Amino acid sequence: MLEEARSRWHPIAAAHDLQFRHVFHGQLLGREFAVWRADDGYVNIWENRCLHRGVRLSIGINDGRELKCQYHGWRYSNRTAGCTYIPAHPADAPARTITNRTFPAVERYGLVWSSEEPRGELPDVIGLAEGKLLALRGIPVNAPADKVVERLKAYRFQPNGAIDGEGAEILIDAAQDFAVALRSRDGDAQTHGVFFVQPVDSNRSVIRGVLDQDAEGAARIDILRHHNERLSKLRDQVEREAANVPSPAPIEPVYERVSAELAEMPGMTTHGRKAALRVTVARKWQTADGIAGFELRPIKGILPTFQPGAHIDVHMPNGEIRQYSITNGPGETDSFVIGVKLERDSKGGSKCMHETVREGDVLAISEPRNNFPLRRDSTKTLFVAGGIGITPLLAMAQALKNQDLTHELHYFAQGEEHLAFADRLKYLGDALKPHLGLSPDQTGAELRQIVADYRNGMHLYICGPGPMLEAARKIATEQGWPDTAVHFEYFKNTNKIDDSSSFEVALARSCVTLQVPAGKTIMQVMRESGIDVPSSCEQGACGTCVATVIEGEPDHQDVYLNDAERKAGTKIMTCVSRAKSARLVLDI
Amino acid sequence: MTKCLDPVILNLWHPIGAIAEAVPGAVQDTVLLEERLSFALNADGEPVVWRSHPDVQGPARVPAADRLPARSTYGYVWTSLGSPPAELFLIPEYEEPDRRKLNAATFGVNVSAPRAIENFLDMGHFPYVHTDILGVEPHTEVKEYDVEISVDRDEILATRCRFFQPMASTASDGGADVDYVYRVPHPYCSVLYKSSPVDEARRDVIAVFLQPVDQEHVRAHMLLCVLDEDNEDKVIKRFQQTIFGQDKPILENQVPKRLPLDPRAETPIRADKSAIAYRRWLSQKGITYGVIPVAA
Ligand code: FES
Ligand SMILES: [Fe+2]
Repeated sequence: MLEEARSRWHPIAAAHDLQFRHVFHGQLLGREFAVWRADDGYVNIWENRCLHRGVRLSIGINDGRELKCQYHGWRYSNRTAGCTYIPAHPADAPARTITNRTFPAVERYGLVWSSEEPRGELPDVIGLAEGKLLALRGIPVNAPADKVVERLKAYRFQPNGAIDGEGAEILIDAAQDFAVALRSRDGDAQTHGVFFVQPVDSNRSVIRGVLDQDAEGAARIDILRHHNERLSKLRDQVEREAANVPSPAPIEPVYERVSAELAEMPGMTTHGRKAALRVTVARKWQTADGIAGFELRPIKGILPTFQPGAHIDVHMPNGEIRQYSITNGPGETDSFVIGVKLERDSKGGSKCMHETVREGDVLAISEPRNNFPLRRDSTKTLFVAGGIGITPLLAMAQALKNQDLTHELHYFAQGEEHLAFADRLKYLGDALKPHLGLSPDQTGAELRQIVADYRNGMHLYICGPGPMLEAARKIATEQGWPDTAVHFEYFKNTNKIDDSSSFEVALARSCVTLQVPAGKTIMQVMRESGIDVPSSCEQGACGTCVATVIEGEPDHQDVYLNDAERKAGTKIMTCVSRAKSARLVLDI
Repeated sequence: MTKCLDPVILNLWHPIGAIAEAVPGAVQDTVLLEERLSFALNADGEPVVWRSHPDVQGPARVPAADRLPARSTYGYVWTSLGSPPAELFLIPEYEEPDRRKLNAATFGVNVSAPRAIENFLDMGHFPYVHTDILGVEPHTEVKEYDVEISVDRDEILATRCRFFQPMASTASDGGADVDYVYRVPHPYCSVLYKSSPVDEARRDVIAVFLQPVDQEHVRAHMLLCVLDEDNEDKVIKRFQQTIFGQDKPILENQVPKRLPLDPRAETPIRADKSAIAYRRWLSQKGITYGVIPVAA
């Protein structure tokens, strides 16, 4: 019976229980749920337990996009239930695999339905047409569901049209394990009512009645009161009967274990996996002069969790692979929105996206990777974007805006018509500071003002064309910003790569030693010997292929690491960087 | 629920009440490890503890066979249902004459003792649970700290802990990092040392002694041993009571209530190093009471 019940759909709430920015505490067969509606309308049904330390998420905070746990402020995304931020470690991007258990949600007949392991879709309920229905107030009963169903078969009520009458004729239309369908007739008035019984636990149930006709105003209140009174009486009877027999033991929910990898204390970095996702281009539009916006929707299922600053690899029809930052705000998880600038000297990447790819096309993309994580423990965050460099910073600014954290987004562009994603920019309000049509010198002067007052606790994020990025970094250093407070992302590595050296690489964990000859990268050599290395841009810009150096002196040729990190010599981008010493030992 | 069968827990000293709140001669009833106990101070002010019995109305007439080990330490009455060690763990600062020693509060909490200890060791929740008092957003980072399980002292020690606190000292009004040291010298007791706002060179001591009522209920006794010459007792107490009142609803909403020792039951982060060490230490001791042991 219990096993059978697990595979069925049951109502767990009335649709009106999911109020704006509220988290509802649901329960089914002994298992608790945190149920919440995001501002985009999506209904989330999650295990009611934070993955961190087990605190109930039903006491968490629904900010319309994410659910925040009360204990340590972990944030979980709408729809994916993936953790997007761990405040105790602001500089780290949480592992994408920290994802809460979700359960299916269907809203129908004024109720919210779920199931632990559903077999098939939610079946149609005969006699209830979507639309003009009236969902009654749920009546909790301290008795097993089958006892409640038994009693409901003898439930008597008046039809809506003769609510003050007496002695309506009741017909049982159908009776099942967890529902009874009744028809009440009094003269011309007739109402069909289906009474679902939600098995909360072995000895607790909720009666959730739905009538086939709605009503307005006072009539509606009368109907609700009529059923409330009669169902409450019925509840009292069932509870009296149930009290006479020993109550069954409560159902112990089984919690899934977290993956072995997550149970280890995680290190500082995480690697995305290469698995390609399939998406369709749901919308393609010109969002600014020379910039096309693309909205990518999953073909089936839902997209993985992303964090602000994350990018995806887009595999294009012409075989090229390019990286694009996700511009979405928090909780916007039904599609990824990216911006592609048409590059004049395009080798086929942006040109293909602009000219060949159309709405409805299918593209393969990688899972989101975040090598440009956003700290949220900053007293004030400055974003400096140049041109298309707006994309990752836009996602970041929306995240801070959502949490009411102080920030400014300085957006440098040639003119008004070059500002992309106007709708998202508008959401930022006064935090957006456009700087339009400036010469390189004027840009420098402006930057100097922007970064003038460095105070401990502030952070600066820069993304834009190489020369502007260099200038901004230099100015920040001059104004006293420490390396640790300046974060940047290059579009591409324009350094001339010198691959003339040859050296030896020892992989400490894999226990192999490899020779890297001139003309080949460390990454290529590792891959040739069957060692799996994550990568994305493969030109030393995105940070995906980072490895830890245990011994030896790296010859950095990337643009990902900052000066302090370069000097420290403990990290290396294996796609372009090499060794100055004869031997390099990596923690791989 | 079956009564406690865990020999490690049975043989420990457990706190059952504050001396300061006991009236000599008056009998108090309490529950320890699901057993009903009574205790009172005798004419000499020494605690007497016995298994509750309707015929026994006062400390003078307790039959020797019903008596339980009893001691008065750190301002509390301690007892044991087994054979306890000769000594209780040491808090040397308690002997310093210029400290104020107070039972800040005794609170009933619907949670297991180990969950409450973990909460006591945890800094990451300060900005969220003790907002504007022990922490404040956006200062949420838990910086690297050190943890060791000291073998000779059989206790956990977390050092170099720092956390940003608004209004860190009475002298300045800005926030600053405050230093903490945590000790767990007993499976259900923990001692915290925290920079003193009045004397840079010394530390305030705050300890929590948990009385396990059963596997999922505790009475938390909170000892203060602080440097403070100005404030009245009730002001000092009220502050700790506020803090504790903020933790209580969180603790009571942790599922499961008993602490899971399986490393894969929950998701630890680096900030949880001390909790990870604590769980491992409980596992090594073979403790089963108040925890969900790792499945064999
Ligand atoms: S228990 Fe939820 S954030 Fe720690
Ligand atoms: Fe706390």
